[in-house]
Amino acid sequence: MSHDHGLDPHHAHDPAGRAMRLGVGGPVGSGKTALVAALCRELRTRLRLAVVTNDIYTTEDADFLRREAVLPDSRITAVRTGCCPHTAIRDDIAANLDAVDAHEAAHGPLDLVIVESGGDNLTATFSRGLADRQIFVLDVAGGDKVPRKGGPGVQLSDLLVINKVDLAPMVGADLSIMESDARRVRAGRPVIMTSVRTRPDVPDVVAWLLTELATWPRSLAPAPVSPGRSGP
Amino acid sequence: MAALPAALLLLADPRTPAGGHGHSGGVEPAVFAGLVHDHASLRSFLAGRLATTGLVAAAVAAFACRADPPWALLDAEVDARTPSVAQRAASRAQGRGLLRAASAAWPSEVLAGLAGGTSGGTGGVSGRGAVVAAPHHAVVLGACAFVVGGTPHAAAALAASASVTGPAWAAVRLLGLDPFGVHAVLASLATRIDAVALAAAAAGHPADLPARSAPVLDLLAELHPHQEVRLFES
Repeated sequence: MSHDHGLDPHHAHDPAGRAMRLGVGGPVGSGKTALVAALCRELRTRLRLAVVTNDIYTTEDADFLRREAVLPDSRITAVRTGCCPHTAIRDDIAANLDAVDAHEAAHGPLDLVIVESGGDNLTATFSRGLADRQIFVLDVAGGDKVPRKGGPGVQLSDLLVINKVDLAPMVGADLSIMESDARRVRAGRPVIMTSVRTRPDVPDVVAWLLTELATWPRSLAPAPVSPGRSGP
Repeated sequence: MAALPAALLLLADPRTPAGGHGHSGGVEPAVFAGLVHDHASLRSFLAGRLATTGLVAAAVAAFACRADPPWALLDAEVDARTPSVAQRAASRAQGRGLLRAASAAWPSEVLAGLAGGTSGGTGGVSGRGAVVAAPHHAVVLGACAFVVGGTPHAAAALAASASVTGPAWAAVRLLGLDPFGVHAVLASLATRIDAVALAAAAAGHPADLPARSAPVLDLLAELHPHQEVRLFES
């Protein structure tokens, strides 16, 4: 019975049968939702997409994404995290997995499900049981010392995005220090300096994401749905 | 047998990744309504919850803790005892979460049979009646207790205890209540929790399960989704 996929709760063991899950985390106000909206706008015609948001208090982020009409409403759902956004993406991912499963059931097969964390602190990180890849979003206005402080999101995320570089002169942030600190603590993992506001098409992030998706066992080309969803 | 079997302790551990942390058991809407605001009002709330939905959940868990329960009938009996649509949804969401976590920890025919209705799997169903989609939390809890070798009485104890501990922690988060005081409130309810578990373990047929209701909890649960700002799913 262990060969029955219906019994196997470890999605990671069966990557071929489902969409890649991308976690987007980072501190409050760093631009996570704007980045998610940008990715949806850029990729919605190429990929089959859905989004799960994890707001702390409200459905603010989901509402923003719906207002922006980046995807049909039904492809954007919100999970409430009981005051603990990091718990919902790291320690107890049940509600988020449930939301992802609901998207797959309603809209599947999908190529990419984006799970946006609620704004949190630097110790937050996505469980590998929830996110196959994760982006951590910092912003220049949060202070140019933040990359140096490290933390699992800053150091170990698959991509670090340092957003709002256009604000650097106004907040007295040194972009070269931010970038060099980030590259030092990340040991070769990629860093992208950008401004989602001035470059709403986020070309570097899109290129990174498409490269990652190309490694995912489910092809980007619309694949026939095999009844058992059990093989690549 | 161990005095406190480790598997049962694991099942009782609130760190079990089953999604419970997102549910307040009605505390959040009660806080909004001004009904829970300090240790004394929290204790009243928890005592009421324990005596009503706590007892029902404990009895359901006790009944589900057996080799071959009539899942569909049991599910219908839980529905009949849960008039609030929002509470039914919250119960099923938590049931699905616990089933996911427990199936990883303790793969078994019983849990596979329960999961068969939710995951599209072909898990063999040994129980009588159709498999239900997303079973209620208390049903899953009882099935888990059975799988790890617990008695119906133990299953009832787990459900009765969980009916107040989760909501108590939600109050800590929502109101910033002194956690030592809240833990003392829970400790003061321990004898009642034991009594509820003992009473709950006695039911002989699903139709005879206790049916205590808490209309204010039902009402609060129905109002909760309409709050503009809320931190918990229920």
